[in-house]
Amino acid sequence: MSGSVLEIKNLHVSIEDKEILKGVNLTIKGGEFHAIMGPNGTGKSTLASAIMGHPKYEVTEGSIILDGEDVLEMEVDERARAGLFLAMQYPSEISGVTTSDFLRSAINARREEGDEVSLMKFIKQLDKDLDLLEIDQNMATRYLNEGFSGGEKKRNEILQLLQINPAIAILDEIDSGLDIDALKIVSKGINKMRGEDFGCLMITHYQRLLNYITPDFVHVMMQGRVVKSGGPELAKRLEEEGYEWIKEELGITDETVEQNA
Amino acid sequence: MTVETKLPFDKDYLEQFSKERNEPAWMSELRVSALSQVNTLEMPKPDKTNIRNWNFNTFKHEFTSGQAVTTTTELPEEIQAYFDEENKAENLLIQRNHSVAFSTLNEDLKDKGVIFTDIFTALNEHSDLVEKYYMKEAVSVDQDRLTALHAALMNGGIFIYVPKNVQIEAPIQAIFWQEDPETALFNHVLIVAEEGSSLTYLENYVSHNEEQKTVANIVTEVFAHDNAQVAYGAVDHFAAGTTTYVNRRGVAQRDAKINWALGQMNDGNTVSENITYLLGDNATSEAKAVTVGRGKQTQNFTSSIRQFGKQTDAFILQRGVMKGSATTIFNAIGKIEHGGSKSNSEQESRVLMLSEKARGDANPILLIDEDDVTAGHAASVGRVDPLQMYYLMSRGLTKEEAERLVIHGFLEPVVSQIPIESVRKQLTQVIERKVN
Repeated sequence: MSGSVLEIKNLHVSIEDKEILKGVNLTIKGGEFHAIMGPNGTGKSTLASAIMGHPKYEVTEGSIILDGEDVLEMEVDERARAGLFLAMQYPSEISGVTTSDFLRSAINARREEGDEVSLMKFIKQLDKDLDLLEIDQNMATRYLNEGFSGGEKKRNEILQLLQINPAIAILDEIDSGLDIDALKIVSKGINKMRGEDFGCLMITHYQRLLNYITPDFVHVMMQGRVVKSGGPELAKRLEEEGYEWIKEELGITDETVEQNA
Repeated sequence: MTVETKLPFDKDYLEQFSKERNEPAWMSELRVSALSQVNTLEMPKPDKTNIRNWNFNTFKHEFTSGQAVTTTTELPEEIQAYFDEENKAENLLIQRNHSVAFSTLNEDLKDKGVIFTDIFTALNEHSDLVEKYYMKEAVSVDQDRLTALHAALMNGGIFIYVPKNVQIEAPIQAIFWQEDPETALFNHVLIVAEEGSSLTYLENYVSHNEEQKTVANIVTEVFAHDNAQVAYGAVDHFAAGTTTYVNRRGVAQRDAKINWALGQMNDGNTVSENITYLLGDNATSEAKAVTVGRGKQTQNFTSSIRQFGKQTDAFILQRGVMKGSATTIFNAIGKIEHGGSKSNSEQESRVLMLSEKARGDANPILLIDEDDVTAGHAASVGRVDPLQMYYLMSRGLTKEEAERLVIHGFLEPVVSQIPIESVRKQLTQVIERKVN
């Protein structure tokens, strides 16, 4: 079986009765890397949160379908076990729970009772992934995200991505706050996931990330919708010319979702 | 409003009880004198908890022997869970009801003069030493009606004595197993660490009386002389039928350290007081405690460190998880006395509420009678953070598993301080059972 398919159709999302997404359409298939770009306040992170099921976001219209299953009917954990993963912009700190205990729980959550991953196998894979991401071994025994620097949190999100090995991953501003060396390492981790069985949606402000992870499709979001889609060349043009030309082309004066609120 | 305590014990009963144990005269006299004070003393008054309707009077007192065993494998599994059979404490005493079922002490420690024995043997063999400390400086007989009752009716416990400059590496473990469901435990733990000595002690209280009513009235007294170090761990797990009143008290002299890690997992109503006196300069104490309240139980925990010496350092940490319609009051009291200059008093109390009907209160109290000191406190009562749950569930963990991790993480700062791994595991399992 080749990869999964995530279909987002006419998605409308509100937070505290304020509509942020106003009809997003997007399909991500296994083997594809998509990038969503756009200025601040256009609804990019809201899309990521709504797909995963963040408790504050309410879907008012539209659908999200993963391999024929209605994602909106699923609880957050069911979405995850169905194959979705979200690398968060602001991961929670979980005091008293070590990163390695948490990772084992997450891996075992996808396995049947009695078929839990063996400790040896788990440690072996963990060591490999820690090496790849150039993370200090002691992170495994530190409490999850507690006292982590911004860069450590991002690497930890990618560590989780590698360990959990989802069908479709959404990376919400995984590049923010990273220096160029850290960005290269994080990109190395993400690129390792490439394959027929893995689809990825990267959300970013900057073209910079796309120098290291080449997307197959680039989408621009404004006013809570995808307003333009293209190939990698679209990202290049955005880097050179900014967003103004799109606004002009589409007759948009204020690209944020505020405009007709 | 005083509750009439009509207990079926008189002077003759106590003298007979004492005689049967071959106790020294001072002990017999102490019992009788304590009994004469019982009815004139007030009941303890734990802050914000009404104990008037609690059972303090229904119990059996007579000395109840438990069957001795030659190897620990003869014990039931639920008791074996408290130690690791393959890596057993070298220094282990198991009290079954009121008698010793099993005990062992490392030969080398014996040669060095270390005493680790049940309280009745200690009263026979080390009467003067016990008398010097027993219910004098730490817990006094006339503190309240229940401490007087304890002095009168004491029917179990241990004595640990560590001579000057003896360092004990391996933990000393005591298991107090209340096998008879109606028998009361008036347990007394007395620990004396002489100058420059050190020890790690861990105790477990266990009972299984869900229906039958009884009481546990426990006094612990720890004396850490100059430069001595005592690490004291406990997992209390009396069943729902037991009303518990426990006083754990420590006295630390110059440069001494007393650290507490208390896992307070009783299922019945409980009043627990843990007070440490830092008498000498540079004395330090950490008082850490966790509890899980469930069902209808009401609990009141006080952790207090009173700092008399200069440059003393105190840290109180309390963590509680409340579910069902359980009620728990946490009092953290840091007190720096006049003269305790350059001392530091810190405290943190946090309560996690898992149900609408549960009640939890954290009362941080700092009392400072000296100018040149530092102090700080933090207290909170809250629910599980929905964003933490979202984060964990977004990795595929079920709601139950995510909540379990958050709770364990919340209690971890205290659980991790329990010195024996098997007991730490066992405590983790008890927590698991109590929160699920």
